[in-house]
Amino acid sequence: MNDRAMQYRDSMTELNARLRARALLDAGSMHELADPFCHLSSPWLGLQGITPQADDGVVVAKGSFDGQPAVVLAIEGGYQGGSMGEVGGAKIAGALELAAEDNRNGKPMQAIILFETGGVRLQEANLGLAAIAEIHSAIVDLRRYQPVIGISAGPVGCYGGMSIAAGLCSYLIMTREARLGLNGPAVIEQEAGIGEFDSRDKPFIWSLTGGEQRFQSGLADAYVADDVEEIRQAVRTLGARGIPTSHRSDRFDHYLARLKEIDTAVPATADAVRHGYAEGRPS
Amino acid sequence: MENFTYSYTAGEPAVKKVLVGVVASGDLEVLLEPASAGTTSLRITTSVVGKGETWHALLNRIFTAAVLPAAKIDINDCGATPGVVRLRIEQAFEELNRPDAKGDRYE
Repeated sequence: MNDRAMQYRDSMTELNARLRARALLDAGSMHELADPFCHLSSPWLGLQGITPQADDGVVVAKGSFDGQPAVVLAIEGGYQGGSMGEVGGAKIAGALELAAEDNRNGKPMQAIILFETGGVRLQEANLGLAAIAEIHSAIVDLRRYQPVIGISAGPVGCYGGMSIAAGLCSYLIMTREARLGLNGPAVIEQEAGIGEFDSRDKPFIWSLTGGEQRFQSGLADAYVADDVEEIRQAVRTLGARGIPTSHRSDRFDHYLARLKEIDTAVPATADAVRHGYAEGRPS
Repeated sequence: MENFTYSYTAGEPAVKKVLVGVVASGDLEVLLEPASAGTTSLRITTSVVGKGETWHALLNRIFTAAVLPAAKIDINDCGATPGVVRLRIEQAFEELNRPDAKGDRYE
């Protein structure tokens, strides 16, 4: 993206979760479920001295995408790092379960998830983990009827249990600003040492976990600019492909074989990872 | 974390519900709902302890300088400066006067 394009783009990363959902859906079609005025905030954070947010950092937006019924689940990265607690997690899982139910009743309903999350909310521990497990099950259920499309626009990216949720989606869209990983950089450095992973080295982090790298490695299906219309176009293109013949998560044999070939004595480089994943990749 | 409640004299009921802001670092969310004519009530939750006097002074200045529409206001704050708090509250009242885009309204 050149300077001019950057100046005139309609940035997704600069929007909050609610505005992202609105921008993604057809103009004027958004209707929020379990909205902030329902006051479904976390019952646990206040007890730990953390200010709750009225929607617990999750927006459930029903509407249409290109005229087709759709539900957008947008996570607010600005609130507690987009962490998944009991309430926010239940909002996502519940909406996905209802979408699957709609499809079973002959009513087409697609889901788009905006991942901007560090993963489980540590303050809510097992309740957050249980909610994430429910989200996983719900995605696997729904994706039998309709492609479930994940988007990570950044700047938080998608980590922890929610990176598994992103991996379970039928298709995943990423921008250059987004990152995708199971463990965050600081966690890897703490566990494996700074020689393995320097969490202050941003170009290094993005070279291994950024959107471009994940796309080149086949872990994301579209690599787009931080632009609302480009992201909508990617949703359109991927949605038109329909349900994948095999989901990425069904091809675990392929990925396990690739992981086995890695020489853990040598620090990973972006090129080596791309080549490793590309080998024998089903096109 | 600290909680405060306030109440001020107000005008006619606010015409709709409005939400502005996010509970992100240095920011706050303001939830404004219509209330019966005459009184605006506020409930503040802030992550910062010991700034009660500052809140008191700021809210007095905003809500006694003009008669604003009557509302029930919930504020969830994550360490916003008084300037940012004031801007968010003013933004919420400004939104009351903005015509709704289609689907842009909380029922």
